[in-house]
Amino acid sequence: MLTKRIIPCLDVKEGRVVKGVQFVSLRDAGDPVELAAFYDKEGADELVFLDISASHEGRQTMVDVVMAVAASLAIPFTVGGGIHSLEDMKRILRAGADKVSLNTAAVLRPELINEGAGYFGSQCIVIAIDAKYDETIGTWRVYTHGGRKPTERDVITWAKEAVERGAGEILLTSMDCDGEKSGFNVDLTKAVSEAVTVPVIASGGAGNAMHFEDAFKEGKADAALAASIFHYKETSVKEVKSFLKQQGVVVR
Amino acid sequence: MIGIIDYGMGNLFSVSCALDRLGVEWFISDDPEKLQNAKGLILPGVGSFKDAMALLDRQELTRFIQDYAKSGKPLLGICLGMQLLFEESEENGPSKGLALLPGRVVRFSGTDRNGESYKVPHMGWNRLKFTNRSELQNGLEQDYVYFVHSFYVETDDKTVITASAEYGVEVPAVVGRGSVYGMQFHPEKSGGMGMALLENYLELVEGKV
Repeated sequence: MLTKRIIPCLDVKEGRVVKGVQFVSLRDAGDPVELAAFYDKEGADELVFLDISASHEGRQTMVDVVMAVAASLAIPFTVGGGIHSLEDMKRILRAGADKVSLNTAAVLRPELINEGAGYFGSQCIVIAIDAKYDETIGTWRVYTHGGRKPTERDVITWAKEAVERGAGEILLTSMDCDGEKSGFNVDLTKAVSEAVTVPVIASGGAGNAMHFEDAFKEGKADAALAASIFHYKETSVKEVKSFLKQQGVVVR
Repeated sequence: MIGIIDYGMGNLFSVSCALDRLGVEWFISDDPEKLQNAKGLILPGVGSFKDAMALLDRQELTRFIQDYAKSGKPLLGICLGMQLLFEESEENGPSKGLALLPGRVVRFSGTDRNGESYKVPHMGWNRLKFTNRSELQNGLEQDYVYFVHSFYVETDDKTVITASAEYGVEVPAVVGRGSVYGMQFHPEKSGGMGMALLENYLELVEGKV
């Protein structure tokens, strides 16, 4: 039986992990490779690196980070942020990433999903969706540009289209829950998970181990992603997994 | 020296990184003459079966791999590389494989024997169940490894399957006969268990000098 995956997410800017990571045990808390190794040891099933570099040089540096992580780590990892073309995908995947995640670029030009899946296979293409509930339409709306721009698309329809075009996985972030630490958006996660035939990663809102249980049991997520609660050591991957095991959720 | 077969569709970098971590010498090549000198080969692979066979044929690697395996030198196929070891696949229309092991490659139906639906691809960590003895599994406990695939091997000859994983069906995960071996999952991405399996293969290669 497939296990439910726990995925720490690291924000990388100009080659360094940013957004405060509190690891006194590490020599350098900003080093992506060192942090990746730490989470690997903790039992993380996978990692996501989000490249938030603003400059071209920063994005080049990301390629070096990807190569260094691939050389030292024996677990899968995804790279997202700033991937706009098949060339961008090639650069990151050839450097050793297992998957790339596309967000704004895929919404602006959905054919990009077909191109990526056609070239590398669906298993390499993750579609990241930033979702926010809209009362006027009674469903969730897709946002782009890091959550700044609303689009005309509704989340369920977009998720289905992305999968038809070849997406192998959906990384679903609830903007309503993100940063609140009051739990994943179970309704949203469940709605998308039931609408598509590929794995769904729940993201946004993790505050404690019980929230992961809800995402898996009620939200029907296949994986769950969190950043700050792991970085600030409010809980650990190990703790979350041992709690989930007690609750009958199959984890590695 | 381990030869990694480069036919244009492999996850060569992560495989070679794993060999580096194990302190083994390796080289990557698409040239049968060079690959012939390797003590053991690894056939990686990501992508579609049909495309992979077309590339192997075009680079005159198909016959080479078959002869190499028949000579008794060890060969390990990983993921698509394992599927290529079998007789045929239904991916994108039927196509012939290397036919070093008996069986065919079919797509996950997405519905299990109880009519429950499951997601395809089979993506994530799944537990190996050892079903037959294999040198690759020597000294190891059944543990989790990382899978990513939409097609799996179906075979009437269960003796070639040495470990399987449950996902809608019994998925052959480690296979082997004689000096031909395969792993459906990615050992290079499967943490400590994956590295231990690779290490066993490398020891077996060294032992057969």
